[in-house]
Amino acid sequence: MSELLVFLVVVPLFGSVTALLAGLAWSRTGWPIATLTAVTQLGVAAVVAGRAFRGTPLQYVPGGFTAPFGIQLVVDGLSATIALLVAVVALGVLGYARAAGPRSNAFYATYLLLVAGLSGMSITGDIFNMYVFLEITGLAAYALVATGTGARAARAALNYLIVGTVGASLFLLGIGFAYVATGTLNMADLATQLAAVGYGSPLVQASFALLVVGLFVKVAVFPVHTWQPTAYAGAPDSVSAFISALVSTVAAYALIRIVFSVFTVEFLTTTAFARQLLIVGAVVSIVLGSAFAVTQREIKRTLAYSSVSQFGLIVGAVAVANGTALTGAVIHLVGHAVMKGGLFLTSGLVTNVTGAETVDDYDGLVDRFPAGSVAFAVLALAMIGVPPAIGFVGKWYVVLGAVEAEAWTLVVVLLASTLLTLAYFARLIERMFFRDAAEPSPTTADGLSADGSGPATDPTAVSLGMQVTVIVAVTLSVLLGVGAFEYGQLLQPTVERLLT
Amino acid sequence: MIEFLAARLYYLVSFLLLGVGTYMLIGSPNLVKKVIGMNVFQTGIFLFFIVAAFVDGASAPLLTAEPPYVSPLPHVLILTAIVVGVSLTAVALGLIVRIYDEYGTLNEQSIQELVADE
Repeated sequence: MSELLVFLVVVPLFGSVTALLAGLAWSRTGWPIATLTAVTQLGVAAVVAGRAFRGTPLQYVPGGFTAPFGIQLVVDGLSATIALLVAVVALGVLGYARAAGPRSNAFYATYLLLVAGLSGMSITGDIFNMYVFLEITGLAAYALVATGTGARAARAALNYLIVGTVGASLFLLGIGFAYVATGTLNMADLATQLAAVGYGSPLVQASFALLVVGLFVKVAVFPVHTWQPTAYAGAPDSVSAFISALVSTVAAYALIRIVFSVFTVEFLTTTAFARQLLIVGAVVSIVLGSAFAVTQREIKRTLAYSSVSQFGLIVGAVAVANGTALTGAVIHLVGHAVMKGGLFLTSGLVTNVTGAETVDDYDGLVDRFPAGSVAFAVLALAMIGVPPAIGFVGKWYVVLGAVEAEAWTLVVVLLASTLLTLAYFARLIERMFFRDAAEPSPTTADGLSADGSGPATDPTAVSLGMQVTVIVAVTLSVLLGVGAFEYGQLLQPTVERLLT
Repeated sequence: MIEFLAARLYYLVSFLLLGVGTYMLIGSPNLVKKVIGMNVFQTGIFLFFIVAAFVDGASAPLLTAEPPYVSPLPHVLILTAIVVGVSLTAVALGLIVRIYDEYGTLNEQSIQELVADE
C-alpha cells in the first residue's frame, strides 16, 4: 500500500496540467478542478498519515530500483503531519480564493504545482530530489506572487526569485560537498556515511553550513529574509496567505530533516560551530524580526516580519535539539501555518470591507467591521501565545525543551519573543478596539488608488467562502491547542527516531 | 604553491565563477545583468559537480569503452539542475519585461526613484 505515497505528488501535478489544458477550451474551469484535486489530495494525505502514525515509517522506491540508488520516498510522523497540513491549507485557501481571485486557469495550475512541490519536499528521502522539489516550489511561488496587479508584484516576485535562487543554489552546492564526501544522495545512507567520513572533515562541515544557510534563505531567517516582506505585501491576499502558511513552513521542515536525518544530533553536539550557526540565526531573527514588525506601516508587512521572528523560534528549537523542543517546533510549525494564514486572510477580508491596509487605518476598526476585528484579535492573541490556543502549546514545548537543555540565553530570548510579539499585536488590538477612527479619511482611498495594489472597497465582494475560511482558521487556532498535547504524545516515536 | 593551485585549477575556476556571479548579482544596477549574474553563479556550481565527477585518464561511462569510467551520476544531476536554471531564467525575464513595460527602464536605481515619487 505504500505506493500511495507517489500519489501525494502525482495527484496535484496531474490536476495542474488538467487545469492548464482545460483552460484552453473553457475558461473558469480552474477552481472546480483545483478543488477536486485538493479534496483528493486531502484524502490521500489523511490515509497516509493514518498509516504513518500507526507504526514504522512508510517507504517506497519508485521505478523498481533499490534503496540507496533509487529515489526513496519516506513518510514518518513528521512528514505525514506536514503533508496533511499542506493538503488542508491548500483546500482552505481555495475556499477563500473562489471569490477573492485571481481567477484564471493559469493561476490554479500554478497553485497546484506549488502543492505538488510542497508535498514532494515533505515526503522525499533523497537529498537531490529535495532540491528539485525546492526549486519547483520556488518557481511556482515566484509565479504566484507575480499574479498580483501592477508592477509592485512583478518587482516583489523578481526580488524573491533572485534571492530565492541564490538560496537554492547554495543548497545545491551543499549537496555537492556531501556527495563528494560520501558518494551517496539517500538521506538515511548519508547519515551513516557522513559519520564514517568523520564529522571533523572540512567537506562535511562546509556541506552542513551551505545546506543550512541555503535553507535559511528559504525559511526567511534574518538577515537573508529580504525577499519575504515585499513578496507577501505584493502578492494578492489568497497568495500571501497560502505562501506565508506553507512555503517557509516546508523549508523549516527541510531544515529539521537535514539537521536530524542527514547530519544527526551527534554532529550537532560534536561540532560547536554548527550549533552556534543555528543559535545566532534564531536569536537575530527573533529580536530583529519583531523590532521590524513594530516599525512597519502596512499590516501585511507587519505580519511578514512577524513570520521572520516566529521562524527564529523554530530554528532555536532545532538548535536545542532535544525531544521536547523538537515536538514544540513541529507543533509551532503547524500552529504558525494556521494562525498566520488566517491573519493574512482576515487582513484581506478587512481590506475588502473597509479598505483598511495600514496600521493607522485599523483605528476603531471594531465599529466598522466587528466580526473581522474579533477574528483578527483572536488570531493575534493565539500568535502571542495566550492559552489555550495552539500558539501557547508550541512555545511552551520549545521553552521547556530549552530549559531542559539548560540553554539559558535561548530561554531568555524565547521568553522575550513572547513579549516582542505582544509589542506589535497588542498595539493593533488597542487600535482596533479602543481608539476612534480618524476623520472618514480620504487618505485611505487615495492611498489605495495611488498604490494600485489593493482591491476596491466593496462589502458585497466578501463571499460566504471567504468568511467560512476565516472562521475555520480562527476555530482551528483555538481548538488545535486543546488537542496539541495528545498530538505531542503521538509524535513521540517519530521524534525519538529523529534524535537517534 | 603554483603546483598545488595548478592541480586544482578547475575547482579554482568554478569558485571564481561563483564570485563573479555573486558580484554581478549584487553590484550591477541593470536587472538583466543581475539575471546573467545569477546564471554565472549557477554555472559555477554546475562546473563544480562536473569537475568532481572527473577521473584522470578515465573514459566516458559507456559499456563499449574501457574502464575506469568517469562518474555519470553528477552529469545526470546537473542536467536536471540546468533545466531548473533555464526555467528560472525564463520566469525572471518574463518578470523583467513586465517591469520594463511599467517603468520604461531596467535600471534599479531609476526604478527606486520612480517608486519613491509615487
